[in-house]
Formats: sequence, C-alpha cells, structure tokens
Amino acid sequence: MTVELSLTRDPAHIRHGSNIGQPMTRTDGVLKVTGKARYAADNHPAGMVYAVIATSCIARGRVTSLDVAAAKRHPGVIDVMTPAHKPQLAEDPDAKGNPFAFRMELLQSDEVRYANQAIAVVIAETLEAATEGAALLSPRYQVEIARVGLDAGEAYAPPVVGIGNPAEVRHGDIDAGMAAASKLTDATYETPAQYHNAMEPHAIVAVWDGDRLFIDTPSQGMGFAQMRVAGLFGIPPANIHINSPFLGGGFGSKGLISGPQVLGIMAAKLIGRPVKLVLRRSQMYGPVGHRPPTRQRIRIGTDDAGVLAVINHEARVTTSSFDDFYEPAADASHTLYASPAIRTAHEAVRVDTGTPLFMRAPGEATGSIVLESAIDEAAFACGIDPLEFRLKNYAEVEPTTGKPFSSKALRQCYAKAAECFGWAGRPLQPRQMRDENGFLVGWGMGTATFPAIMFQGNARAVIRADGKGVMETGAHDMGQGAWTALAQISADSLGLDFDQLTFRSGSSDLPDAGIAGGSGHTATVGAAIHNAGAAVIAKLAELATSDERSPLFGAGNAGVVARAGRLHRRDDDTRSESYAEILARAGLAEVDATGSGAADAAAQSQYAMHAHGAVFAEVKVDPELGQIRATRMVGAFAAGRIINPLLVESQLRGGMIWGLSFALHEEAVMDKRSGRILNANLAEYHVPVNADVPPMEVITVDEHDPHVNPLGIKGVGEIGITGSAGAVANAVFHATGIRVRNFPIKIEEIVMGLG
Amino acid sequence: MMNFDYVRPASVADAIAAGSEKGASYLASGTNLLDLMKGGVSRPSRLVDVTRLPGLDRIEHLADGSLRIGALVRNADLAHDADFARNYPAVAEALLSGASAQLRNAATVGGNLMQRTRCAYFYDAGSACNRRWPGAGCDALKGENRLHAVLGWSEGCIATHPSDFCVPLVAFDAVVEIEGKSGRRELPLEALHCLPGDAPERETALERGDLIVALRLPAAAKNFAGHARYVKVRERTSYAFAVVSAAASLRIEDGRIREARLALGGVAAKPWRAREAEQVLTGAAPDVAVYREAARAALAEAKPSGDNAFKIELAQRIMVRALTLAARGTPDRIPALPGSPFSSVAGA
Ligand SMILES: Cc1cc2nc3c(=O)[nH]c(=O)nc-3n(C[C@H](O)[C@H](O)[C@H](O)COP(=O)(O)OP(=O)(O)OC[C@H]3O[C@@H](n4cnc5c(N)ncnc54)[C@H](O)[C@@H]3O)c2cc1C
Ligand code: SF4
Repeated sequence: MTVELSLTRDPAHIRHGSNIGQPMTRTDGVLKVTGKARYAADNHPAGMVYAVIATSCIARGRVTSLDVAAAKRHPGVIDVMTPAHKPQLAEDPDAKGNPFAFRMELLQSDEVRYANQAIAVVIAETLEAATEGAALLSPRYQVEIARVGLDAGEAYAPPVVGIGNPAEVRHGDIDAGMAAASKLTDATYETPAQYHNAMEPHAIVAVWDGDRLFIDTPSQGMGFAQMRVAGLFGIPPANIHINSPFLGGGFGSKGLISGPQVLGIMAAKLIGRPVKLVLRRSQMYGPVGHRPPTRQRIRIGTDDAGVLAVINHEARVTTSSFDDFYEPAADASHTLYASPAIRTAHEAVRVDTGTPLFMRAPGEATGSIVLESAIDEAAFACGIDPLEFRLKNYAEVEPTTGKPFSSKALRQCYAKAAECFGWAGRPLQPRQMRDENGFLVGWGMGTATFPAIMFQGNARAVIRADGKGVMETGAHDMGQGAWTALAQISADSLGLDFDQLTFRSGSSDLPDAGIAGGSGHTATVGAAIHNAGAAVIAKLAELATSDERSPLFGAGNAGVVARAGRLHRRDDDTRSESYAEILARAGLAEVDATGSGAADAAAQSQYAMHAHGAVFAEVKVDPELGQIRATRMVGAFAAGRIINPLLVESQLRGGMIWGLSFALHEEAVMDKRSGRILNANLAEYHVPVNADVPPMEVITVDEHDPHVNPLGIKGVGEIGITGSAGAVANAVFHATGIRVRNFPIKIEEIVMGLG
Repeated sequence: MMNFDYVRPASVADAIAAGSEKGASYLASGTNLLDLMKGGVSRPSRLVDVTRLPGLDRIEHLADGSLRIGALVRNADLAHDADFARNYPAVAEALLSGASAQLRNAATVGGNLMQRTRCAYFYDAGSACNRRWPGAGCDALKGENRLHAVLGWSEGCIATHPSDFCVPLVAFDAVVEIEGKSGRRELPLEALHCLPGDAPERETALERGDLIVALRLPAAAKNFAGHARYVKVRERTSYAFAVVSAAASLRIEDGRIREARLALGGVAAKPWRAREAEQVLTGAAPDVAVYREAARAALAEAKPSGDNAFKIELAQRIMVRALTLAARGTPDRIPALPGSPFSSVAGA
C-alpha cells in the first residue's frame, strides 16, 4: 500500500513559502519589551480583591485547626475559604473523568497529601492583608510520617506510563540478547525531582457574571481548562471565557488548569467579587506538577564489535499517594538504536508529593540522559568512538515496531554537528586532553529524539471585502513565538502578505486549538490554519472561476493559485483578480471557512514519526577543585519543516541549556524526614545563569517529511534537552574518567573522584 | 498586612535610640532582611531604615594609611572604586564573586557583614532551628547538610556564614566600628561573628541597638596588593553562594614569603582565619609543597558535620589554589569571572 498524504494532498492553490521559512522577529516582541503585553496577573477588573493560599508545611496528615478568627480579625481580610466554608462544587475534584483529569486539592477535606498543598484561602482587600491573614491561620496538624524518595515504599507496576503507554514493552528475545552479548554495560542512574519554575507564576483573575465566568489565566490548553472548570462548577463550557494571550513560560505546568487556579475561581464565587490569585514562587513546588525523581537500571549488551544485542531499560519513578502519573523514562529506549532485543519497564513508588506531571520532554529528558550516558559507557567498553558506535547501531526502521520512519535525517545531523564541533580525532580514553591552562577537557555527545505528535486543533479563516484576511485560533503562546509562527502560516495559507493579515489568538472564544504541549502545537494548529486557509481560498476560487465576468472564469478550482491577495490563472499568470474584486462582484462582505488539524491515523500506523538531533559538548574541569564548566555546545536537529528559523533556534537553544542544567545544576532538594522542599526558590534551585551558558551553535538540517502533517512540521519545543544532557555528562566523563551516575553531577563526586 | 513601624532616623543617635527598642531591626537595602520577613523567619515590629543616615556612604583614606569604608557604601560601588580595587584586589574580587550584579548594586557593606546564614532549615519556618528558636533543635544536623560547616560547629548548629566579602576582610585584620547605646567601640571583624557553641542563636557580638557605622582596613593590608586572590567554588558561575572559598595574600620578598594572610569561606559560622597556615608559610619559599602543608594545618581541626567530608578536602585544595594564584601575582584587571577557578582562562 502506498500512502498518499500530506504535501501531495496540498490544495493546488496554496503555495507555502512567502512567509513560512522567514526569520521574522516576534510580532509581540515590542509589546513585551515595552511592558505593554498584558499577562494574566496584570489585569485589575473593577472591584477586584486578592486571594492568598495558605499552604501546608507538613507532607502528610490532617489539619486539625485553623485560626480563622485571627485571620478574619486582621484589617482588610474579607473572608477565609476552608473545607468548612467554600462554594459547593458540582463535581468531586478527585473524580477521574478522563486521562487528563488529575486530582486536585480544592479544600475538599482536611487531609494533607503533600507539603505546599493549599489548606485555606484568605481573601482580602489588599495582597498584603491576604498574605498576613494566611500567616495568622497558624494551622495545627496531626502529622503522619512522610513517604519521601524512591525507596519510600513497595514498588509496583503501574498500569500505564505517560498517557496510555504500556508500562512494559518487549521486543525480541531479551534472554537471547543477553546470552549473545559478549560485552555488557549494567549501570544504575538516578535523576532528581525538578520543578518547571516558569518565570510567570500560575495566576488567575476570575470574574463571575451570573453563571458566566471570565478568567485571565496562563494556559497551555484553554479547551481542557474550560471542560474541567465547567465540570467542577456545573456550567456549560461555553459560559467560560478564558483569556490567555501570553504566558511567561509553562513547560507543561500550565497544560492543565491546576488546583490553585480553580481556588481563585472558587474564591470569586464565594464572595461575589472579582478575585486575583497569584502563586508565590515557593507555592509552585507542589500543586502544579513536577518531574519526578527516577532510578534507572540499564543493561546494554553488544558483541565485541559493538553491535547491539540487547537494551534492557528499567525505571523506577515516584508518583503521588493519591493519583497516577508515571514518568515514561525508559520509553526513551524505544526508537533510537537498532537492537534486536529491547525491553523497557517501569515500576513506581507512592510518595507524599504533589502528582508529577508533564515537564518539558517528560520521559524523554529523564530517560535520554540515562540512555545516552549508558550508550557512552557501552561504546567505551567496546573501545569504539561514541559517534561510530551510534552509527553502527543506527536504526533504519523503528526498532520496537519495525515501522519505517516518515523521515529521519539523523545521519546528516551527526555529520554536520560533528564537523562543526571538530569531533574527529577525539581520543577514546578519558583524561587525555588539557587546555593551555591545565584544565581537563572532555568531549561528549548525545543523540536527541522526540516524537512528532499531533493533537486536535481548529482554526477559522476569513477574507474580507477589502481583500485582507483574518485567521482565528485559540492557540497558546508560551513565549515560544506562536503569535508569529502561526501568523506566518496563516499569511501563506491565505495567499497574503504578512501585513494584510489579522491574526487572533489566545482566547477560548476562538476555535479550540487543543493543547500547546508535546511539541505538537505548531504542527497541529498549523495544519488547522492551513486547512482553513485552503478552504476559504477554495471558496474565493469557486466564486471567481464560475463567474463569466472574471478573468479566471473556467480555470477550475485547481487551475488558480493564490498569491499576495490575488488569484492567478495557473496557465496564464497575467490573468488574475484580487480578492477584493472577487468579493465585490459577488456582493459579499466576506467569505469564511474553518479547518482542523489532527494526526492522520493511516499515516501513523504506517510510519514512525520522530524528530532527531545530535548534540556535542565540550566541558573543562578544574583538575583539583572539580569545578565543571561547559565551554562549547553544538547541536544539529532535523525536525521537518522549519517555519521560522529564528524562533526554532531559540527553542532548540533553550532546550540545550535545559539539558546542560539537567546534567550539572538542577535539582529540588527534599528533606527526607519532613517531605518539605528545601530550595523552593530561584536563589537555591539552580538553573544555569548566563555565565554558565557556553557559546552554542544550533544547526537545523533540512528534512522534507510528506507524512507527518500537511506542512511537514515535527516540532522543536522539547527535543533540545534530550541529547544535550547526555552530551554534557559524557563530556564530564571524557574529561575526568569519572562516571557520575547521579544527576546533577555534584562537585563532591568530581573532587573526591579526581584523587 | 503584617504591620510594623517604619522609621527613618535622621542621625546615628536617633537610629540607635530607635534600634534599641525591643523588636527593632535595622534595615539597610533589605536584600536579606526583606526575604526573611516575607518567609516569616524575621518578624520585626519596627524597621529602622538606616540607608539615609548622613556620612555613612563614604570611602575615606585616613592619615595612618588605613581605609575607612562607611557601612552604607554599596557592594558594587566599593568593588568598582579604582583605588580600592588596586589596593585590595582580593577584597574587590570577593565582592564581585558574590550574589548578582543587581544585588551588589543594592547591598550595603554593613548588610553584607550582618547577613544571616543560608541554611535552608533556617529559612524554612516549618523546620526546627536553634538559631531561630533557641532549644528547638537543629534539623540540619541529620538533614540535607552537604554544604554545612566543617570547622567550629557544634551539635547545636552547623550553619556557615555565607559572605564572600568577609573572607579576605578577616584575613586583613579588618576592624568594625560600632555605635551603640554606650557609645562608640571597635571590634576586630574576626570577633564579630560567633561560633555556635551552646548558644547558636547568638550570631554576632553586637548588642541590641548596636549599629555598624564603618569598616576599617589597616594600612598593612595594602602591602599584599601584588599577591592577593580570592577563589570560590560554587554550583554555578554566578549568583550562587560558595561551597568553599579562600582568600590568600602574600608579601613576597627575595623569593621568600615574608607574610601570609589566609582565610576560608563557607566552612564555618564565621569567616575563618587560618593562622596556623599563615605560620607555616611565613619565611618559606613559595612552593606548592608548603602550600599543601599550610592547607593541612588550616584544616587540621576540621570534621564533617554531615554529608560534607568532601569540603575538608576541597577547602585544602582551594587554599592551595588561592596561594598558587596569589604567588603568581595579582592580575592587572579583575577577571570577568571573579573568584572562579576559570578566571585565569583567557577570555573568561
Ligand atoms: C539570591 C541571593 C544571592 C546572594 N549571593 C551572595 C553571595 O554569593 N555572596 C555573598 O557574600 N552574599 C550573597 N548574597 C547576600 C547579599 O550579599 C546580602 O543580602 C547583602 O549583602 C545584604 O545587604 P543589605 O544592605 O541588603 O542588608 P539588609 O538585608 O538590609 O540587612 C541584612 C542584615 O544586616 C542588618 N544590618 C544592616 N545594616 C546594618 C548595620 N549598619 N549595622 C548593624 N546591622 C545591620 C540588618 O538588620 C539585617 O539583619 C546573596 C543574596 C541573595 C538574595
Ligand atoms: S544548622 Fe543552625 S541555622 Fe541551620 S537549622 Fe541547624 S541551628 Fe538552624
């Protein structure tokens, strides 16, 4: 069976390329740098008051008393919302309606499930009064011993991991692979808990008008949020109007509306006034998801020549005591290397934390740093250059499914990045290179990969009487540049110059654009836009080609092409007519059409769809003090069609920096007795600062993918982390000869290991 | 809101009167104090804003060759004062290795000296901490303590003093000028911070109402300008406190170390002057073997207070490094990565 899809399906009258592919700067850039961009917490509707959450300082137990009277006595405090005093909800916040409904704490009981959980909400005329009111509640607790860390309890096999992936996958004969392997790498790694820490905290401004609700809140998925809120408050989704034009980052933590945001809506309902609720930084370490810690044992067997015989990747992850999200860490081993036998398996332990959730490259980030480190170990065990080892085991088809890749330019990524980096001639043995100052120098590499995912999204296109166009879609700009990239696609889809287009986005009143996650937003919404544009141009073409008075008469729908606001005859470019002329003659004020984008099930069953990349890193290590400094990183990525090279480079660069952070810096430190997070602030929760970020080269490798979606887009939001973390870790090994298997790599491991 | 009085006295005398009241706290730029208040760790009933006090923002060269730095001089202004950086390069380097540019622009000299420990349990109002609540216990002792003290700690408290600035200062015999209810007095900086012993809540030698008005660097401190370095190991290149740091200054004549000044940071509840090490170095030829011996002497009494044995090893190595760099000579310019082991790298 041949699959005829995607680009070949392109309506003949659409020609992408005038806007797509251009390195346009952000359309919202000036608004942002001048402070005019209005983020959720910048809104102040008339009569608005402030809500502040009081959080639990124990991780497990019950709240036995709250001094509500003391809080209420405080000047300015209006009300205190508690389990005993709150608006009635239409739905149990612990109900599991669908795989995306996670349990949330909406004061349904006095139970404490984790530290930083909301136990009350104080509403006051000022932020200061609400803050002090929350402090005056002086909660008392009945404390139970907190379960903390990967050994907190009995491990069990989770039903699924990620969203609906099997917890265990077997391909080929593992035992035979183990038996056949003459070289075995058997290593156990640990990765820490991490928190999203978007610059903009979760915030909401909620206004009720009867049973209609208006909210300003950062959201990566307004449609999902509408559904959840509708269920909780027993009102139709259409009554909920979400405004979310800009996010100060989300990284997955704003994919689903969180408990604290809903508490803001409840507070507004309770007192019948508009309410603003903004989380404090420390309050973001609990109720809005996190990347759970993992312990991963990975066994990689090869023959003497370094050809893979088996990969057995097992991961233990934590989840909360009350809900199920399982970081699919081991799944990272499904697609990259051509091993005849592959097993991935997960087990889980329940702990007293908030429920972990999607955090930029969930599973891929935790799994890939381990896989890429272990591949480095295996290559070293075989005495083979890590790049050569990877090429030797290059997957021509997806190993676990046997499907061909829809496209895969990973070889070119390896070649380009290696060349740019100057990888050739790297000594195999570690601790061979020094710079002129005596620092140990190490080079490491990692392969990057991320699936090309599509969700479901819609768009509406309009051509107006003046010949200009409008594209509407409830898409989400997390700072990645959706306002710009989607507008570029819109302009091309409508055959218009960029400045002839009005692009509307960021509101739930517009067509549902699905979720900005899984690196699938541009692909999904881009397809919806493309289809909406194609449909509206088809209507125009219909009008023109069926009208005798038009120079396009008789050309047929496929016989015209749209360009710069005109339709041209394909066979005679000089015969053309403007959109305005077509509409004027037809006596129409506008024509409109909708379009949607979604994964193509036929194509998906036929092909494995992934973006790929190769990252090379250089680190220098002080030979006595153990201080590590990344000094160079080069990444080459093949991710299908590049809509805007500037934005794409910024996404990839940001991902690579996160990879560096994963390897060297980032970690939430939890007290093992109390379950409290000890570094819930940006001073102590370390991410790289500018001075840690080395010169970086980001290369995109051309990839034409006719199968993933109409535009051939694979997504770039998350892949940057995946190869980078391993590359940095491997460079540290190459510099020092010390293989640190606990991330982030800490100075004591290096100092004590250097001898 | 959490109500407290805010006063902005016009004179030092008024400030001391206001600051002597129960529950009063001096407020300089607030980069430390306000964070503590927001976290509920400090709840002063009265803030005495000292930032407008006249005459405390000057850098004065005194007749005896010493330098007097007003308590309100900003960390960044001091570090960027060309004279200061030339005469006391290790101090300038230490200042510039601290916090971030924004914080250094705000932070005052007095506030830097008086900043509180960064022990996470001290900041977490839900944890037991003898400093915050005498007798409550110390949750750090059996908790997350890889960055805690290895010298001078007690079972009562294993916290470290976080200042970078204080480390070279203590090496140079800096003196703190204090105004209080009973007038003016002076204290060697080395005596300002207390080791915890059995009274960890007593962090400094200041009495209620005592105001630091100035800091003095004696004339002799300038003699080390040619051989003075500060080295700081931290978990990222900027905007992080020291895991361990060292200030080393040497006076080298005729190929011999005539005088050495050494101090360690991040190892104890105070900036740690390493006098035994100085003795080992005095009279010796600058050489890595003698640096090692000095470092061993400096850490002879050290013991881990938790998961931090590596800091004893690291402290010795960083001392050797600081000495090596100091002996090599102070660079012409303060490096772009101040205090970093990578600061010697061209273009760093
Ligand atoms: C994120 C972060 C990172 C940091 N990193 C570093 C670092 O790497 N290295 C480093 O050395 N420091 C670091 N700091 C600490 C910083 O140096 C201090 O916060 C600053 O020096 C305090 O000065 P201030 O003027 O703001 O003091 P304030 O916060 O106003 O006061 C601090 C304390 O000193 C008291 N005080 C102030 N002035 C006087 C006076 N004249 N007499 C008596 N008592 C007084 C106050 O009552 C208060 O208790 C960091 C701080 C932050 C927030
Ligand atoms: S080490 Fe000191 S500051 Fe930290 S918790 Fe213990 S007593 Fe408090």
